[in-house]
Amino acid sequence: MQPTFSSSRILLPVRPWFIFLSLIGALLLNLLPTAHWPGMPDWVALVLCFWSVREFRRVGMGWAFLLGLLMDVADGAVLGQHCFAYVLLAYVSASLSRRLLWFPLAQQALQIMPLLVATQVIQALMRLAVGAEFPGWGYFVGPFIATLLWIPATFILLLPQYQPVDQDPNRPI
Amino acid sequence: MAGIDHAPPPFFKRGPAPLALLTFYIAISLAIFVVDLRFRSLELFRQSVALVVDPVQRVAQTPGSLVDYAASYLQGLRALQLENNELKHAKLTTAPDLQRLAQLEVENERLRKLLSVKERERAKGQVAQILYTARDPFSRKVIVDKGQQSGIVAGQPAIDEAGVVGQVTRVFPFSAEVTLITDKDQAVPVQVVRSGQRSVVFGLGNGQLELRYMPANADIQIGDMLVTSGLDGVYLAGFPVAKVVNIERDSAYSFARIFCVPIAGVENFGEIMVLDPRQALPPAPPEAAARGQADSGERASVKRRRAMKGN
Repeated sequence: MQPTFSSSRILLPVRPWFIFLSLIGALLLNLLPTAHWPGMPDWVALVLCFWSVREFRRVGMGWAFLLGLLMDVADGAVLGQHCFAYVLLAYVSASLSRRLLWFPLAQQALQIMPLLVATQVIQALMRLAVGAEFPGWGYFVGPFIATLLWIPATFILLLPQYQPVDQDPNRPI
Repeated sequence: MAGIDHAPPPFFKRGPAPLALLTFYIAISLAIFVVDLRFRSLELFRQSVALVVDPVQRVAQTPGSLVDYAASYLQGLRALQLENNELKHAKLTTAPDLQRLAQLEVENERLRKLLSVKERERAKGQVAQILYTARDPFSRKVIVDKGQQSGIVAGQPAIDEAGVVGQVTRVFPFSAEVTLITDKDQAVPVQVVRSGQRSVVFGLGNGQLELRYMPANADIQIGDMLVTSGLDGVYLAGFPVAKVVNIERDSAYSFARIFCVPIAGVENFGEIMVLDPRQALPPAPPEAAARGQADSGERASVKRRRAMKGN
């Protein structure tokens, strides 16, 4: 697989343990005390979306549901709130994945933005529908920051799959 | 044609169709959402998941606490001296009251015995450290470092050095969740110190509290102190809760809108005291129950009569 279809680099196959590690890392980032700063992105949603686009055969709705459950308990939120939003996110990203990777990174990010915004809006709607307080507009800034992070996230999460640039001329691939 | 009857070889096995999976997971998510919200019967499930999440959460808190530790270590000697002086001063100013407190309590007890009034409950509890604020932006909760292992149960009130902070709402094996009094619709039964009027104060969710169900002409002024009334069986009487900051009297409504701010450092980090649960209140007097029954009986008979009329 290539980073994008316009690129000529061919990636190594992904390692399952790296996917697992990156998802746990995202969970850890979400639980840091910085999560209270306004405009902090939802790291789990971003990484989950990334792997759902890239490796939808490995990371699917089951992972989304499990991570959602962990986030719900860690947040002290109502159970099922993150599950619902993440499962939808995983489904839509997986169904977009065939088309999305044809675009350059900036345009990919632009198409990911509505998904991440929807993840946040769905959660807000679920809670507001059952009588929670409005969390303030800072809550909805996070997805836009996450959109900007799509490009560095792609680079970092694909790092273990890049091959060295100087290759053996006898073995071109 | 024998091959057609066979199932296809499992080369392209992909599991259930994505749409089917989506429906399945969405159904489960919505089901647990409703069950958790309405029936609150998933606490045991939440506790077991919390056992998995808790270590991750503690690891995530380490950098923050390290920074705090470094900051306090590097804090100047002068700042500490100033704080020390302030504390000494504060101790001295409260000394006259405190020194006589023990004697007053004994005297109070003796007088209460003389009057054969039930003895006042003593406030006891255990100090807990606030670990972090729950990340959920829709509510105001903090997590403290004492849980089931320390004998904490849901419903215990929590106070700090100034007043009531909140109430324990969920207990995990090694931590507990305290809902702050400023959380939306968190209710505390209170009494106005100056006039003795009783009411209930509700959190608004924006850091303020509202005293509801007070008539527009109620005797209440800006600056009035509200203390717990002790009528609920949860909070002991007499703990400061809030101070009135704003009153809107609109003749169009029968109730005044009274806004208060909490007295305790509700949104600050630090240590809080989780008070032991109160002794069970005596059962409600039987007359009240009997009257309630009579009322309902009357109402039922009225209904019956109406129904008969309707027929």
